[in-house]
Amino acid sequence: MAAAATCGGGSAGTAGSVVAAAAGRGNVTSFQRRGPRASGTDSGSPRLASIAGTRPSVRNGQLLVSTGLPALDQLLGGGLAVGTVLLIEEDKYNIYSPLLFKYFLAEGIVSGHTLLVASAKEDPADLLQELPAPLLDDNCKKEFDEDAYSHKTPESDMKMKIAWRYQLLPKMEVGPISSSRFGHYYDASKRIPQELIETSKWHGFFLPEKIFPNLKVEPCSLAHGYIKLLRFIQNIIFEEGFDGSNPQKKQKNILRIGIQSLGSPLWGDDICCTENRGSSHGLSRFLYVLRGLLRTSLSACIITMPTHLIQNKAIIARITNLSDTVVGLESFLGSERGTNPLYKDYHGLIHIRQIPRLNNLICDESDVKDLAFKLKRKLFTIERLHLPPDLSDTVSRASKQDLAASARRLGPGCGSMAGGEKHLDF
Amino acid sequence: MSAEAGKLTLLCDVKTDGSFLVHHFLSFYLKANCKVCFVALIQSFSHYNIVGQKLGVNLTMARERGQLVFLEGLKSSVDVFFQAQKEPHPLQFLREANAGNLQPLYEFVREALKPVNNGEAAWRCPVLLVDDLSVLLSLGMGVVAVLDFIHYCRVAVCWELKGNMVVLVHDSDDAEDEENDILLNGLSHQSHLILRAEGLATGFCRDVHGQLRILWRRPSQPTAQRDRSLTYQYKIQDKSVSFFAKGMSPAVL
Repeated sequence: MAAAATCGGGSAGTAGSVVAAAAGRGNVTSFQRRGPRASGTDSGSPRLASIAGTRPSVRNGQLLVSTGLPALDQLLGGGLAVGTVLLIEEDKYNIYSPLLFKYFLAEGIVSGHTLLVASAKEDPADLLQELPAPLLDDNCKKEFDEDAYSHKTPESDMKMKIAWRYQLLPKMEVGPISSSRFGHYYDASKRIPQELIETSKWHGFFLPEKIFPNLKVEPCSLAHGYIKLLRFIQNIIFEEGFDGSNPQKKQKNILRIGIQSLGSPLWGDDICCTENRGSSHGLSRFLYVLRGLLRTSLSACIITMPTHLIQNKAIIARITNLSDTVVGLESFLGSERGTNPLYKDYHGLIHIRQIPRLNNLICDESDVKDLAFKLKRKLFTIERLHLPPDLSDTVSRASKQDLAASARRLGPGCGSMAGGEKHLDF
Repeated sequence: MSAEAGKLTLLCDVKTDGSFLVHHFLSFYLKANCKVCFVALIQSFSHYNIVGQKLGVNLTMARERGQLVFLEGLKSSVDVFFQAQKEPHPLQFLREANAGNLQPLYEFVREALKPVNNGEAAWRCPVLLVDDLSVLLSLGMGVVAVLDFIHYCRVAVCWELKGNMVVLVHDSDDAEDEENDILLNGLSHQSHLILRAEGLATGFCRDVHGQLRILWRRPSQPTAQRDRSLTYQYKIQDKSVSFFAKGMSPAVL
């Protein structure tokens, strides 16, 4: 399993001290301000990202994990904050949102995090077999060789004055897939190697296996599946010490939770079937208690939700308010936009609907609102949408109006940030 | 802003995030030496603490010396949901299928703000701060129950104890959330001051984050006199918010 250990003997004390000390007080959240920042050269105290696959945010020191797509990390302000929920609004035929889901889980395996996969329609073991393989080109190999070389120098307790960053790298033998990087690229056409899955730690929740016919549960208006899933998650967090309450377990790892197609009828929820308001509270309560669990533990969660099936728009607004980060996918498949020349290079649009403001009055919002994605043979890329060059000899008015009309339907601004009503031509 | 007693201030945001107003009022009342009961349903304690430090107040110390009573909704919800509590918990409604009313929450607020009866007035007027009320609707409370809760709190906090109340409600103007609209309308008619943070009509702008509309009302007097209102645009910075008249952003001039 990739290294989760920190370097050097005494460094574990200071680096993880904020987390461990807080754990001792029984009041751990991942939102505590990290301790002393390494000021540079000869301080000797290592930087605070002592957990593999995480890094502190530059804005507020918040611990971040990668979503598996470095482009998405950048749009979200560096990554997904530990303790928060990333909600993906599924595209209409559910083709691209499972990809984001799998990237998140694959990133967890490569970084050595523990996974918790919950699904109502697919067995988590099968889901894990379908994860994309991490990309390693020759440049990366060379980088790893250099790192391995620098570790072989014998003076492990000599403080490095100039190249002090090397002191932070894990000392054990790094394999070809090192966890010392934040954010990896994945090859969507290849499957993840079997040995990586076997060395990783994961828990699966497959709803049809967990439902028992006669179970004593107090009625609290949550669907049966939601209650079971919440108890399962809470159990794992408590048993494995992610919330710091268990003094025996010195857990310094992240739990990545992935929940697929939450809110769909397979979970026993009927918000996608009816417009009736009465049954919608199950999902909101689930999200609320889930966020409460996440805030008090070292975990991050990705949820995909078929919001295009939800009949009642008010519910979508409430779900958005109850989540931290919300990203919407809109694919062009089957819609009239697919034939629009404006969009011919891309497979869909990606909308960053909400970014949380954590420990801060402001958040890192990207200026770019028109974002499109495309799935090339190997990579899933997110780019700024730009108009294709207009190469026709006779520029007809009709085509220009079509382009303008479809451009108007583009980014109306980030949903929770300022939204625009009128399209202003600049 | 003068700290008059017995006022209900309504904060609402539409198409943008109005939480900076909550942080402002929290730090304002703590610095004014008032006793504050903060029902924080949407974020964790350390979030408010870290932002409070940027604004100049230390929430941990305020809590330790009894000036601040903090109900952390997210953390308490986990306790309430997974284990049956012996005594009624303010968030009891999370366990119930058809929660009737918010009485346990009201009892919590009243208990938190009741004056300490050792004679000396340690703090100035009590303040109830709620962030935010729309979450209560999402979690299954009926709009009538929430309005009743606000009414009871107004009687206890604003009238009996001569304190103030500040509540935040999200406005979703195109999402057709009828219950939320009823709540917002009901509160608008009861409040003395309405601060409405709106996104700009023209969309996202890096230098102007939104527009703030301030409306002073006199709910108890006849509405023959026009209510005073002002509009400013604002930009949120790391430790403060700067306000300027419409169109007068320093980035534009």
